[in-house]
Amino acid sequence: MRLIRQVGEWLDARLQIGETVRETAEHPVPRDTASWFYVFGSAALVVFVLQVVTGILLALIYVPSAGEAWNSLQVLNHGIQLGWFIRALHGWGSNFMVAIVLLHMVQVFLFGAYKYPRELTWIVGVFLLLMTLGMAFTGQVLRFDQDAYWGLGIGASIASRVPVVGPAIVTIMLGGPIIAGATLSRFFAMHVFVVPGLLIVFVALHLLMVVKLGINDWPMPGRVVRKATYVQEYHELTKKDGVPFVPGAVWKDLCFSALILLAVAACAFYLGPFGPSGRPDPTIIQTAPRPDFFFLWLYAVLSLLPPSMETPVLLVGPAVVLLALLVLPFVFGEGEKSWRRRPIAVLSILLIAVALGSFTHLAGFTPWSPMMDAWSADSIPPKFLQNRSALERQGALVFQDKQCRNCHALVNIGGKRGPALDDVAVRRTQDQLVRQVIQGGGNMPAYGKNLSPAETTALVAFLETLRPAGQPAARDASHSVALEPDVGGRPLTQP
Amino acid sequence: MTAQEGLSRRELLMKMGIFFNGIVAAVLAVPIVRYILSPVAHERKQGFESWLPLGELNQFPAGQTRFATYRNPVVNPWDGKTADIACWVRNVDGQAFQVFAINCAHLGCPVRWFPQSNLFMCPCHGGAYYQDGSRASGPPERGLFQYHYKIEDGRLLIKAGEMPTPGQKTQSSPITLEPPRCV
Repeated sequence: MRLIRQVGEWLDARLQIGETVRETAEHPVPRDTASWFYVFGSAALVVFVLQVVTGILLALIYVPSAGEAWNSLQVLNHGIQLGWFIRALHGWGSNFMVAIVLLHMVQVFLFGAYKYPRELTWIVGVFLLLMTLGMAFTGQVLRFDQDAYWGLGIGASIASRVPVVGPAIVTIMLGGPIIAGATLSRFFAMHVFVVPGLLIVFVALHLLMVVKLGINDWPMPGRVVRKATYVQEYHELTKKDGVPFVPGAVWKDLCFSALILLAVAACAFYLGPFGPSGRPDPTIIQTAPRPDFFFLWLYAVLSLLPPSMETPVLLVGPAVVLLALLVLPFVFGEGEKSWRRRPIAVLSILLIAVALGSFTHLAGFTPWSPMMDAWSADSIPPKFLQNRSALERQGALVFQDKQCRNCHALVNIGGKRGPALDDVAVRRTQDQLVRQVIQGGGNMPAYGKNLSPAETTALVAFLETLRPAGQPAARDASHSVALEPDVGGRPLTQP
Repeated sequence: MTAQEGLSRRELLMKMGIFFNGIVAAVLAVPIVRYILSPVAHERKQGFESWLPLGELNQFPAGQTRFATYRNPVVNPWDGKTADIACWVRNVDGQAFQVFAINCAHLGCPVRWFPQSNLFMCPCHGGAYYQDGSRASGPPERGLFQYHYKIEDGRLLIKAGEMPTPGQKTQSSPITLEPPRCV
C-alpha cells in the first residue's frame, strides 16, 4: 500500500495533474442534478469507448478491400473464435450510441440546458450528433454487403442532385466512376480515422465546457435565465446546495453506464451480429436494399415525397434543420428552462418523435414498394374463384400473370402500393375499371399496351366480381338516368 | 526604447516564422488537394467511358428484354465483383436496341424486368417504368438511363464506365419508340 502511494507521489511530482483531476472530480454540482435524468451523456461516452475498443478488435481481421471485405466478415462471423460476438457488440453498440445520443439531446433540450451560458456546449453537441450519425452510415458501408453497395448508390444519387457540382461530388465520394474498391477505402478512412478523430476532439471540448461552466441546474418553473445574473445565481446555488460530483452524483452515471453496457452485451449475445447480407455483387439484382434502423425514416420520406419536392427537400432540408439547431441557443438563450413552462418545446419533441416513429414504422413494411414475388408466390384465395364463370377465372389468371398482385392486395396478401382490391367492384363501375387498367393514372402504370382486348375483358370481368356479399356493384348513375324513359315527364332520348 | 526595439524584433521574427509556415502549408496544400481531387481532375480528362461488348447479337432476341453484364473499363485488381455491372438490353424490333442502366433513375436501386407485365419495377421506393424505359409510376422524375450502343461484327457494344445518377448530364434521354397512346 505504501509502495503504491510512493509510486503515485513520484508520478504526480512529475506529471502534476493530481490536483487538477481531484478538483475536476470533486467540483460541486447542484444537488438536484444528481439525478437519473442526467446520466445519458456519460452513458454515450462509455458506449463510444466500447465502440473504439471493439472497432480496433474488428480491424485486426477486417480487410477494407471491395474484393475481400465481405469474405473477411464471414471469417469474423464463422472462422474466428467469438468474432461474431465482437461484431455484434460493435453493431449493437452503434445502435445504442445513436439512441442514447438522441435521448441525451432530448433531455438537454427539454431541460433548457442549451441556454446561456451553455450555447457552445449545445452547438458542439449538435456536431457530435452529426458525427455519430456519420459513424453509423459509414459503418454500414464497411459491412460491405448488398445493402451497403446499393446504399452507396442511393447516397451518390442524392449527392448528384446538388446543382452544378453534383456529379463531381459523386466522383469524389466514390473515389472513381463507380462504387468499387476506392469507395470502400475512403469510407474506411472516414470511419476509422477522420470521424473518430473529430469525435474525440469534440467530446473533449464538450466535457471541458460541462466542467468549466457547470452542469445544467435542475429547471424550476419560474427560475428564469438572465444573462446578467445567471452565472452568479448558479454559483450561489452550488455553494448553498451543492454536492461534489464524485461521489455525490457519479454513482448514478456509473450504474446506468454499466446497465447500458450489459444491455449491449445481452443484445449482442442473444440477437447476434448484423449481416452481412448478400455479396456486394452488382450483377445480383434480386435484392431489396434497406438502410439500418436509424435511417429507415429517411427511406420512408424518400418514398413518400412527391417527385417534384424531392430534390429541394433533400438538399435544403438538412441545411434548414442544421441551421435551426445551431441558432436555437441564440434565439432562445434566456427565459424559462422548465419544460412545464415551455409547451411549444414539448410539442415539438412530440411531433418530431411521432413523425420519425411513424416513418420508421412504415419503412418496416414498405407499403410503397411493389411486392416483387406476390404474383407468383401468393395464390388467389379460393373464395374469389368459386362459382365464377370461365371468363372471370381467366381474368383471375390475367390478374396474377400480369403482376397486378405485386401492387394490389387480396385479403391483405400482396403488394400495398395500390389499393386493396377485395371490394373494388363496389367502388368502380365496369367502364371505370377498363379505363383504369388501360390508361393507368393515380400512380398506376397504363396496361393498355400490355393487355390484349380479350385479356382486358377477362380481367375486368374478374375485377367486377370482387365485392363483399350483399353489397351491390358500383353503378353509373347517368346510365340509369339515360335509360329511364321518363324523367320529369320528358323522354331524354328524344330531342 | 532599446527594450521595445528588442521586443518588436522578436515579434517580427515570430511573424516571419508564422508567415514562413503559412507558405510551407500552402505549398503542401497544393499536392494534397490535387490528390483528393484526383478522381475528378485526372481520371475525368481521360474519360471514364469506353465501348464495351455486351455479347453476340443472337443473345438478344427481337422483341425481348434481356439481362446483360459487362466489366467496368476503369478497374483495380482489388475491386472484386463490384466492377461487374449489370444492364438491361431491349431488342426493339431486330433493328433498334435500347440498353438501360440497371440503376433506377430515382435513387439508383437495381430495377427488375417483368416480361409478363412489360414493366421494370424498382424494389426500393416503388418506381416503375414501361418497356421503352419511360416512367410509368412512382417517385422517379424521368425514365431509365440509357447507354449509347453500336453493333460491330455481330456484337452489341455500349458506351459505359460511369454509374449513372440523376444529377448527371445524361447520355441520351429515353427515346419513345412507340407513339404515346391516346385514349
